[in-house]
Amino acid sequence: METGKAIRMMDITKTFGEVVANDKVCLDIHPGEILALLGENGSGKTTLMNMLSGIYLPEGGQICINDHPQVIRCPKDAFCLGIGMIHQHFKLVDVLTAAENIVLGLNEHKLVDLKNVRVQVKQICDRYGFVVDPDKKVYDMSVSEKQTLEIVKVLYRGADVLILDEPTAVLTPQETAKLFTVMRNMKADGKSLVIITHKLHEVMEISDRVAVLRKGRFIGDIATKDTNPQQLTDMMVGRAVSLNIDRPQPINPVERLVVKDVTVLDSDGVKRLDNVSFTAYGGEILGIAGITGSGQRELLECIAGLARVEKGGSIRFLPPEGKEEELVGKNPLDIYKLGVGLAFVPEDRFGMGLVGSMDLTDNVMLRSYKNGKSMFADRKTPRALAQKIVKELEVVTPSLTIPLRRLSGGNVQKVLVGREIAGKPSLMMSAYAVRGLDINTSYTIYHLLNKQKEEGAAVIYVGEDLDVLLELCDRILVLCAGKVSAVVDGRTARKEEVGLLMTHLGEEATA
Amino acid sequence: MNREPNAREPFVRVSKRGVAIPMWKAFGIRGIALVASLVICSILIYGIVKLNPLKVFAAMFEGAFGTNKRMWVMIRDMMMLLCISVGLAPAFKMRFWNIGAEGQILVGGIASAACMIYLGKTISTIPLMIIMLVFSTLAGGLWGLIPGLFKARWKTNETLFTLMMNYIAIQITAYFVAMWENPIGSNTVGVINSKTKVGWFPEVFGQAYGLNVILVLALAIGMFIYLRYSKQGYEIAVVGESENTARYAAINVGKVIVRTMFISGALCGIAGFLAVSGASHTISASTAGGRGFTAIIVAWLAKFNSFVMILISALIVFLDKGAIEIASRFNLNNHVSSMLTGIILFFILGSEFFINYQVHFRSGKHKEVQA
Repeated sequence: METGKAIRMMDITKTFGEVVANDKVCLDIHPGEILALLGENGSGKTTLMNMLSGIYLPEGGQICINDHPQVIRCPKDAFCLGIGMIHQHFKLVDVLTAAENIVLGLNEHKLVDLKNVRVQVKQICDRYGFVVDPDKKVYDMSVSEKQTLEIVKVLYRGADVLILDEPTAVLTPQETAKLFTVMRNMKADGKSLVIITHKLHEVMEISDRVAVLRKGRFIGDIATKDTNPQQLTDMMVGRAVSLNIDRPQPINPVERLVVKDVTVLDSDGVKRLDNVSFTAYGGEILGIAGITGSGQRELLECIAGLARVEKGGSIRFLPPEGKEEELVGKNPLDIYKLGVGLAFVPEDRFGMGLVGSMDLTDNVMLRSYKNGKSMFADRKTPRALAQKIVKELEVVTPSLTIPLRRLSGGNVQKVLVGREIAGKPSLMMSAYAVRGLDINTSYTIYHLLNKQKEEGAAVIYVGEDLDVLLELCDRILVLCAGKVSAVVDGRTARKEEVGLLMTHLGEEATA
Repeated sequence: MNREPNAREPFVRVSKRGVAIPMWKAFGIRGIALVASLVICSILIYGIVKLNPLKVFAAMFEGAFGTNKRMWVMIRDMMMLLCISVGLAPAFKMRFWNIGAEGQILVGGIASAACMIYLGKTISTIPLMIIMLVFSTLAGGLWGLIPGLFKARWKTNETLFTLMMNYIAIQITAYFVAMWENPIGSNTVGVINSKTKVGWFPEVFGQAYGLNVILVLALAIGMFIYLRYSKQGYEIAVVGESENTARYAAINVGKVIVRTMFISGALCGIAGFLAVSGASHTISASTAGGRGFTAIIVAWLAKFNSFVMILISALIVFLDKGAIEIASRFNLNNHVSSMLTGIILFFILGSEFFINYQVHFRSGKHKEVQA
């Protein structure tokens, strides 16, 4: 058994402009332990670890490795010190094979012997229980395979301190379990592991010790066996937070959206949605579960008029007042003109729902700037609305005129959801509405969705966290490769059942 | 794989400024940059061509402002550059890489020249001017509309498309120059209506180029208001940021692209009208003279703000005029004056880096830690 390295970070400070990302943070990483680094979004977890892996340079403080002070100036320095980081967004070259990616950037002066690389990769895999095909191209890999490759890459470079930045965010429950097994194997081999996360049950399951950051400061560390989720949450948020999500009973649900036989093709002609039919009722929250890329995006986009529905499909929209409308064949402008109150919080906040370089007022008017006959845009009403959103949803912003991109993810999402709710929607669609948000903001969002439900809107909630889906939604539609796998009752379904439905179509799963 | 402990920090570190620095400081940095550039220029002038740098700078200044006439020529050229930049602004704000201003200017110029040649005998100046304005606007607009349509309809690459349109415009100009050749055999159009001056910009307030100033400033202010306050200006900004967001916001992306490119081309067409009717009173393949490309720099540096564009076009035209003057007065090779303007531009533009970023040196940082 090797002995891992003892890392000591002392008084680490890092600022980005006026934002203090890390304020005199002290953190120890002991050899042969799994340390969970816990904190809300924007609490400085990733920044701190980026300084250990050479992406950023600390402005103040000292990093000691085995009691030697070190300056880690670039990722190469970090590798030389045996520190490797697996980033949330993988750093792989799609068109290269696994083996090629592993040796990429090693800067060897002699020719790379790929055969030798394969042997070594095989050794690493056997030792820890990975499965990596060295000749598979990255673009053929699933998310989980890519992540495995990232870990192997880091191990190949001789890392004995591994930092994993939110590794489970993209994995199914089954894949997460596999990852945890591998992590335990690595620990048994004497490696130190740091896992950055904000999922408490994972912290409890995998880690030996938890260190909590809040708003860039180090709050404390504690052995996992001596703590519980509630205590950790309180440390993370700084005050007591209730961890239960409300789920009021739906009050006389009415048909709001009837989707029938909808098929959507992508630009390559591949079926992204295959003959999907379901009904959403006003006064209930319909959850949509599925592995990322199972057609969730296309489903919402075809309802919003952004994706083309193939012949034979129909999407009937029954507003509370007024006549029934067929949404297939209508573009967003047609739907806007109907004035039916269709709200949509898209998955890609800055790529679709908002404009990052514009200020709050201009973003709030994105859906309503056409109102009125004047050729000039009315900015007074949206400004007042922006003010109202900032006040009611507690958006933290220095002013209304700051470019939205400068706000943190949670505040950005509040602006987006606030704007969509302001239109008094009768159908509210949201895709990954709490992705990357901290606990507090997530609960604000759940609360807002529940309020829409109580006011009679049909809410469609596309989510990735099964625990939340099962706590929040009245019914859950499970998508599997573009098909409806099943629709289950949110109050009675079990997590494992939904997880299985995500990977196997309904009939196969029950068979 | 351990490495020797290394406690040395990198020598220089750059970080983005969080708070925008105050206005006076920003101008201070620009001022220092200007002084530094002049110092470097002086060393160069003295070291290479053995001239008194102060005399050379004075000559530059005289070249631009020396006489009343020179000053007005500078203003005229500045207005021309400003007009093109104002035209490019909406296209670039939409992230539509319109590098076809040269062609749009030329077709606008051809339209103006045609009006002067064919209608100059029958229509008096004022109505003729209006007709010229309309036709040059339409011609330039059409030249911008074509790549816009193709982009909106078939997603063609607008950079190549607009660039190629320039060469077509140059060839068309050459054709018309041959057709309107005057006198025969000169291979130029010559000054159009040189005797009657029909279709020439009339004097305003006793200044030959007064109308240029009024027209361009009106366009510049109009564009400022259009981009900042109109619904269409808002649409342009959204499309420029992300087409998906625009579609989500129920904006007809294709329509916005086509409309904006018409406007962009139309304003460049008006620049052609200015060049022909308001300045040279003739047309040739060099009527645009590369200003369609220079204006790209002006528009981007100003971040599409009309008022900043005024300052930047003034600077560029000033340097240009000054360079010509020193080249001729001191009998210098053209390259020397180009070097000088290059150095001055480099420093002034480079100073923006120090306005947006902060530079930390190793020693300075240690003090900070101890403090």
